[in-house]
Amino acid sequence: MEESIRMAEAAGTFNFELVSPEKVLVSQPAWQVTIPGEEGYFGVRAGHMSLIAAVKAGVVEVIAREGEAPQKIFIAGGFADVTAKNCTLLAEQAVNVNELDAEKIQQQVNELEFDVKNATDPVQKAMAHKKLETALAKLAAVKGNAAH
Amino acid sequence: MPSLKDYRNRIVSVKSTRKITSAMKMVAASKLKRAQERAEASQPYARAMGEMMARVAKNAVITSASPKLLAGTGKDDTHLLVVITSDRGLAGGFNGNLVRLARQEIRRLVSEGKKVKVVTVGRKARDLLKRDQADKIVKSFANLGGGKSLSFADADEVTQFVLANFEAGEFDVATIIYNKFVSVLTQKPSVQQVIPFKAEEPTVANENKKKAEEKHDSPALLSPYSFEPEESEILALLLPRNLGVQMFRALMDSAAGEQAARMTAMDNATRNAGDMIKKLTIQYNRARQAYITKELIEIISGAEAV
Repeated sequence: MEESIRMAEAAGTFNFELVSPEKVLVSQPAWQVTIPGEEGYFGVRAGHMSLIAAVKAGVVEVIAREGEAPQKIFIAGGFADVTAKNCTLLAEQAVNVNELDAEKIQQQVNELEFDVKNATDPVQKAMAHKKLETALAKLAAVKGNAAH
Repeated sequence: MPSLKDYRNRIVSVKSTRKITSAMKMVAASKLKRAQERAEASQPYARAMGEMMARVAKNAVITSASPKLLAGTGKDDTHLLVVITSDRGLAGGFNGNLVRLARQEIRRLVSEGKKVKVVTVGRKARDLLKRDQADKIVKSFANLGGGKSLSFADADEVTQFVLANFEAGEFDVATIIYNKFVSVLTQKPSVQQVIPFKAEEPTVANENKKKAEEKHDSPALLSPYSFEPEESEILALLLPRNLGVQMFRALMDSAAGEQAARMTAMDNATRNAGDMIKKLTIQYNRARQAYITKELIEIISGAEAV
């Protein structure tokens, strides 16, 4: 029994990479990663079927080893490329949830709400709206973290 | 004939010029190192994006309903050229060569009866193209990154502009003209079509790094891919990002190339200044000797006359 658990542990991890356009943010073995997919959250473990998925803004939870507390990272949307041994997450923005400051984000949200209301140019309005959505997702991530 | 004082002044001024050029060379060298590091750091994302694009594009069938970024608009009447140069000069032929290539492209397209629109990135592209192609410039970006190093968000500004115009049907084909970073000594002005999407070649500067990182499973071992949401939707999301990545990469190459070109140019300038100082010093010594000889002759002939 114990032996099989140990084996499962050794075989149970896969390479997790979080990559932004500017650099590789995380590259480590992981046991389970939960990703906020465009069509709902999904978990990835070793041996997952090959999948390419669009990812929306939200919190990625990385569990390095079974039973450990998850490391939470906020990402502003991107794509996930999953194979049996690898999981590459492409994100344009990624921050550790612990580093997010609720007050600052709240302020940002207020400013952006103002921008969205007052923008006259449709292109600018759309861009401000997109930023606002990201900021709101960030805020939700912080609050969710505090509630735990 | 210049006086001794004139020679001294010239030597002093060339010496201070040499000081400036050698300082610029050092600055360019350290900036180059940083720019290269950044270009390398951006490589994994670009590579992963490229792989993903290839996989999705292979699975998706191109129909009239596929995204226009992939299939094109069905015409190629209007071309958009994104010309990327640096903001600052004193980088040898870096900007001049690129703008020459851009002019060639414009002329070629015009002679084929196409309509050409130009977006300039960097102050030099705007200044140089304004002289004869002012009517074609639709937008100029300058001082991207605000003097600091370029971030993806800065590149995105250009990308968003291009995308918005493409969606508005302002052009059919988009091409980036930029200096490809081949090595510290060579920057190759290159033309790359980005809309409609074409499979790209990897940049030479980071080839080695790329090889070292190839640890992905071989394709044969992989199970067939599934997509969530389906291919066409992913493709529609991926294509604009991919454009962003290509734009970012072109800007990074250009930024690294600029520093490399400046370093080389300033190295030459420093050497030339050194040569000039040597030549001027010889002339100065000769003039001084002539002056001394002249005075001696005057004294001797004066003495003889007595």
